[in-house]
Amino acid sequence: MGNRCAVIGVGQTKYQTKRLDVSIAGLVREAALRALEDAELTFKDIDAVVIGKAPDLFEGVMMPEAYLADALGAAGKPMMRVHTAGSVGGSTGLVGASLIQGGVHERVLVVAFEKQSESNATWALSTHLPFNASLVVGAGGYFAPHIREYMRRSGAPDHIGTLVAVKDRQNALKNPYAHLRIPGISREMVESTPMLWEPIRYLETCPSSDGACAMVLAAEHKVTGTPAWVHGTAMRSEPIFRADRDTVSPQGGKDCVADVYRQAGVSDPRREIDVAEVYVPFSWYEPMWLENLGFAGEGEGWKLTESGATALTGDIPWNASGGVLSANPIGASGLIRFAEAALQVRGLAGEHQVDGARRALGHAYGGGAQFFAMWIVGSEKP
Amino acid sequence: MREVAVVAFAQTRHTDHDEGLNEPELISPVINEIKERSGLSRFGFTCSGSCDYLAGAPFSFVSALDAIGAWPPISESHVEMDAAWALYEAWVRLQHGDIDSALVYGYGKSSQGDLREIMTLQLDPYYLAPLGLDQVSYAALQANALGADPDALREIVRRSRADGRANPYALDLPDPGEEGYEVRPLRPSDVAPITDGAAAVLLAAGDLARELAEHPAWITGIAHRIEPHYLGIRDLARSASAADAARAAGVDKGPVDVAELHTQFSHEELIIREALGLPPDTVVNPSGGPLAANPVMATGLIRIGEAATRILDGSAGRVVGHASSGPCLQQNLVTVMEA
Repeated sequence: MGNRCAVIGVGQTKYQTKRLDVSIAGLVREAALRALEDAELTFKDIDAVVIGKAPDLFEGVMMPEAYLADALGAAGKPMMRVHTAGSVGGSTGLVGASLIQGGVHERVLVVAFEKQSESNATWALSTHLPFNASLVVGAGGYFAPHIREYMRRSGAPDHIGTLVAVKDRQNALKNPYAHLRIPGISREMVESTPMLWEPIRYLETCPSSDGACAMVLAAEHKVTGTPAWVHGTAMRSEPIFRADRDTVSPQGGKDCVADVYRQAGVSDPRREIDVAEVYVPFSWYEPMWLENLGFAGEGEGWKLTESGATALTGDIPWNASGGVLSANPIGASGLIRFAEAALQVRGLAGEHQVDGARRALGHAYGGGAQFFAMWIVGSEKP
Repeated sequence: MREVAVVAFAQTRHTDHDEGLNEPELISPVINEIKERSGLSRFGFTCSGSCDYLAGAPFSFVSALDAIGAWPPISESHVEMDAAWALYEAWVRLQHGDIDSALVYGYGKSSQGDLREIMTLQLDPYYLAPLGLDQVSYAALQANALGADPDALREIVRRSRADGRANPYALDLPDPGEEGYEVRPLRPSDVAPITDGAAAVLLAAGDLARELAEHPAWITGIAHRIEPHYLGIRDLARSASAADAARAAGVDKGPVDVAELHTQFSHEELIIREALGLPPDTVVNPSGGPLAANPVMATGLIRIGEAATRILDGSAGRVVGHASSGPCLQQNLVTVMEA
């Protein structure tokens, strides 16, 4: 894992459907300035900038790091652009951390964003490489069959997805940055919304958001304020077309989490992790990832959700911030998970703070559930 | 820093037209060549560089995982940049000390679209891109700012193409003849050709590097810098970011036998040569350089691979590989390798 690394600043924009008041540069700068303010630093103190976002077709700007260098104070410094599909926000955090763990830099600014209102993400996701047939529309069309297979295997009752949709939106009411804040959110409300991709209803899916998230990462001797120490980092990828891969509980996810648990010395995640920010873009992915990440045995994840264990008041809160279901600036969503995990162990999560959180998991996935990026952060120095 | 070296390099025989291969088919042979030559089938880390806009579809790098055989799942990342930056990310990852090898690859099929127009989309989307300033036009702005001697440019093109003809992986392009202007002062032969291709590099640390190569190309310095985007606030005749990166990588700490420069327009060679402070006796782009083969997104990685090859084959002692990105050389990466 190399040298010690800590999060010393976090900045987020308000997430909403359209941020017509700012350009793309304005959006990323807003998040970056808030992270710097949190760290009590300025752009001058930053050694390098790492930026991540999902496909360039989402805004129609190719390799936007070139254009965004000025807004992020990167001129004269190293700047890198990460893209690993939906997990990219997480990967961006990990590439930034790597620069410190590798001893190359002392303070790194990582930023991830999406400004979905500039384009149409579902359209961009439905365009395929030449000579490949497009069989699905958008990410929901791709993931719905995997969810149905999970329901078949586990025998989970139909209402589990609804519970997650309600729970995450209730949490979002406590998060001022969340996009979807729906007063009085209830099972009846979720069940009354249209079926988009069986079994995913409208309110069981993530919104399209504009937004950016930023973090300042520091080497041990540059740590100031209240740090969130990085205890483990890992990425894993697997091929999308491998015939016998399990898309319901991918091996890549299992291997990735096993790697971060090993680094952080976690053997029983449900007991040893206090809060998890996990990439759940469709409600059913909570029980699916509960199993994939070892919080529940195979076929048992939905029972944990049903019991209320993952609620803010439960013994293992998942997505206290409201999660991807409540704000989804796609390229930033993974970094938001990592940043919210850091805020929890710093004790700075505000109204959605989990009392006494000392160790937190940040998780992101992408592609055809084949790219994974995770980290564990803690209040104690590793 | 931990000792890390380039120990193997492979590239396709680049073509000036679409050969009907999809991206995994393009990459597969070079990955297999790396695996065969090194005897390794698994790597501590894998990182690649490519660009969705060349394929005209999102996630064009996803299918590459099928080509490299990412099973069991691998520790892997991707940059939407030239694969030279993927090599940088892999070099950083090797500094952690827990892994000893990293596979890096990049690929591009610029035959599939209009590169000149596609590159317009990397400009500021509000103030610059709508003007329709295309890649050759902004390069010509830079050539004008430099006020380059037309005969010097002609000689760079002639030399690059001759070297390219001697390089089995580069295109066979004739000596430049009579030609009009593409965008004054650039003529068609001053512009890197449309090329399809892929390349891969194997990095290894310490003893593994010594085991895998007789003459590992040790990376003694590697750094990159970006400068402001807006062409109007830069001195286009100079490359401040290349000069800063060269200083940080320590180019001036010794002689440079060979330099492979990521110069997609003839005049860029003059700018980068000066920015890097290359001695007059340095051999520049003996492979023919980008003017003889430009598989976009792999071209920068190929510069590092070609420079490393001179050390791997024992013919050079100290070399430089350079990569560039962004309009008018906005971003530059410099690697120094030694025997």
